[in-house]
Amino acid sequence: MTVKDMAQSLSLAKLAGEENNDVVTGCYIGDLLSWVMGRAGEGNAWITVMGNINAVAVAKLAELSCIILCEDAHLDEDARIQADSNGIAIYASGETAYALAVKIAALLAG
Amino acid sequence: MTPITKRYEVSGDDFTHAGEASGKVKTLLKQIGYHPDAIRRIAIAMYEGEINMVIHANGGFANVDIYPDRVEILLEDTGPGIEDVDKAMEEGYSTAPDEVRALGFGAGMGLPNIKKYTDDMRIESAVGVGTKVYMTIKGQ
Repeated sequence: MTVKDMAQSLSLAKLAGEENNDVVTGCYIGDLLSWVMGRAGEGNAWITVMGNINAVAVAKLAELSCIILCEDAHLDEDARIQADSNGIAIYASGETAYALAVKIAALLAG
Repeated sequence: MTPITKRYEVSGDDFTHAGEASGKVKTLLKQIGYHPDAIRRIAIAMYEGEINMVIHANGGFANVDIYPDRVEILLEDTGPGIEDVDKAMEEGYSTAPDEVRALGFGAGMGLPNIKKYTDDMRIESAVGVGTKVYMTIKGQ
């Protein structure tokens, strides 16, 4: 499943970056940046409330497929600009991290 | 063999630009077609080191030597030094201030992540003098 397919299936609102065809390898939930860098797998969709510029750097360096800001968490303007220039896809959802992860798991299983 | 050498200044107290040096290294390694499996490990380890220098040491310098079979990175600062290196290496131990934690850092995973993602890591630190973090990542 690509990032684009996932975003369409979950009706995610795109906030920044490119709607890309990177493959979603799984899903990781977390807000502590080093924790995420140490544990998230390459290509994971990252669900978080952390919408700052450092989160964009983490997604880029750890090669995560996209960021999903759950429960409509705020995206900083400088983070949006950085994500656009680095091609990091960032989406918004009103749902909880748990609800999103359950849906992503179902999509990955299907 | 002569390595490709890059030197970057990491500015202190500037979380907006933290990760620039590691981002540049990552871009360079991709451009030269370096071992794909090593690139992600190099980027993460170096970013953790950069962040540490911003949080604790008011910045510093990063020296990167790229060899065909390995990348050697030295992160050097003139910050306060690490009192207890063994303690600092423990997962979850952090001395980061609250305002840094609010940004999502300070989980006490920085140095453990560097250890996890590198093939060799060495810390030289003296209180009041500064810290040097040496890391080697093998390309394979």
